[in-house]
Amino acid sequence: MLYAILCYHSEEQVCAWSREREADTMARLAVVQRKLAAAGRLGPVARLMPTSAATTLRKDREPPLVVDGPFAETKEQLLGFYIVECTGLEQALETARELGEANPGGSYEIRPVALFNPVSGTE
Amino acid sequence: MSAPEWIDAALVSARPQAVAALLRYFRDLDVAEEAFQDACLRALRNWPRKGPPRDPVAWLIFVGRNAALDLVRRRRRQQELPPEEALSDLSDTESELVQRLDEADFRDDLLRLLFVCCHPGLQPAQQIALALRIVSGLSVQQIARAFLVSEAAMEQRITRAKSRIGTSSVPFEAPSPGERIERLAAVATMLYLLFNEGYSSSGPADIRNHLCGEAIRLTRLLLRLFPGDPEMSGLTALMLLQHSRSAARAGADGNIVLLEEQDRDLWDRAMIEEGLALLDGAVGHARPGPYQVQAAIAALHSRASSARETDWSGIERLYATLERMQPSPVVTLNRSVAVAKVRGPSEALSLIEPLARRLAGYFHFHAIRGAYLRELGREDDAREAFQRAIGLAGSAAEAAHIRQHLDQLVPQPPAASRSGTGAPQSQ
Repeated sequence: MLYAILCYHSEEQVCAWSREREADTMARLAVVQRKLAAAGRLGPVARLMPTSAATTLRKDREPPLVVDGPFAETKEQLLGFYIVECTGLEQALETARELGEANPGGSYEIRPVALFNPVSGTE
Repeated sequence: MSAPEWIDAALVSARPQAVAALLRYFRDLDVAEEAFQDACLRALRNWPRKGPPRDPVAWLIFVGRNAALDLVRRRRRQQELPPEEALSDLSDTESELVQRLDEADFRDDLLRLLFVCCHPGLQPAQQIALALRIVSGLSVQQIARAFLVSEAAMEQRITRAKSRIGTSSVPFEAPSPGERIERLAAVATMLYLLFNEGYSSSGPADIRNHLCGEAIRLTRLLLRLFPGDPEMSGLTALMLLQHSRSAARAGADGNIVLLEEQDRDLWDRAMIEEGLALLDGAVGHARPGPYQVQAAIAALHSRASSARETDWSGIERLYATLERMQPSPVVTLNRSVAVAKVRGPSEALSLIEPLARRLAGYFHFHAIRGAYLRELGREDDAREAFQRAIGLAGSAAEAAHIRQHLDQLVPQPPAASRSGTGAPQSQ
């Protein structure tokens, strides 16, 4: 079963990381990701730009409204996500813990994926 | 990761907002700073045992406020009574405080704190020093290193800046929309000064990078709190695009590597992508401004995979736009560089000759003029221009760079040999 691991963290903190801290964290995460990839469990991985680069389309009205900034003003922001193949919640949590050890701070939201279409244009 | 590292990261990132809120409570920079320091000490004692609080900023404000209230009370017994509003109500709980942090006035706290630092009575260098000390929390020693002055001199500069501001001139009332725009513009100027100090000062590389990083961090934070201001996005984009080249800009010998000669593989792609995305979003507002135009110029350099592929006509047009928005001899000088690329050094030279008087004391004027003269084969004139540039160089790296140009000029008359550090030529 596929799980999405959604990464939430304080953007202010992540943006304040030094280059060394940034490089160390990414290197540690790469180790975990390589392990997942070797096991054939790693799907797409995305790191999002800071929410200062976000734009929101409010489509609950006609015409839709375009506003600068992220959808939700929260203390911690959605900064990225992983798609990982897991046998169940237990393994998903285990994977999230491993990623969390490589990159402490913030939270991971673990959500089972209902539909996954990795290739655009397919039905 | 060791415990102190995550605490340090949390304290550094919480500082601007926490000090800003404490300034609102206490209406005194020194008390607000002391309150934050106190809260940090308590965090270092408590957090390793209890783990991080759910909202570090709120925790620091709450604890800092209580600690400083104690201090104010103690002082009250020794000194005169403080004004009533210096004591906020004591019944707030932390959760109420967290809720309050979401309120719109919290954005104005940060803006106020930054705005206080760009008090019009302060010199630009004082403004930056004050912002680095209070908002970013750099030590006096670090700031002194950045400005190449002694620690004592910097301490004095900051103390003077604080007393110059005084509490009386700090605007505590909520700003009107118009005032808010004015404050944002003043703060943007100060943040760009801070960035430029890091970008072009002659201090050590690590501290210079730190200043650029701080400027970007604070600008991003403001952008997050005040989305929808295209100039703020433009400024953030400009800083990111310029800073993306920092690794390529410093040669192994400490000399400046010019844009055209930089190894573009050393450019930070992530910063460039973010800068381009921000600029893209800003331009969509169709409310152009000087920061967006400068970011667009930087973007044309970033998009060129080699110096040869640079869109110099596009850059020339953008500089012409900037000249209309913000007429200044320095902008014209910069436009001339694009003109030289598109139409040759002769036209570029005639564009800048009328600026000679106004830019007589400007290093880059003489350096650029020297380069045009050399291209035109006027070696003696070029030598004279380069020598004047050396006399005005702001750093050893700048001077060394011009010396390379001088060395390439042949023949060198013995009278104008490279003696000493190159004093300004009298004329």
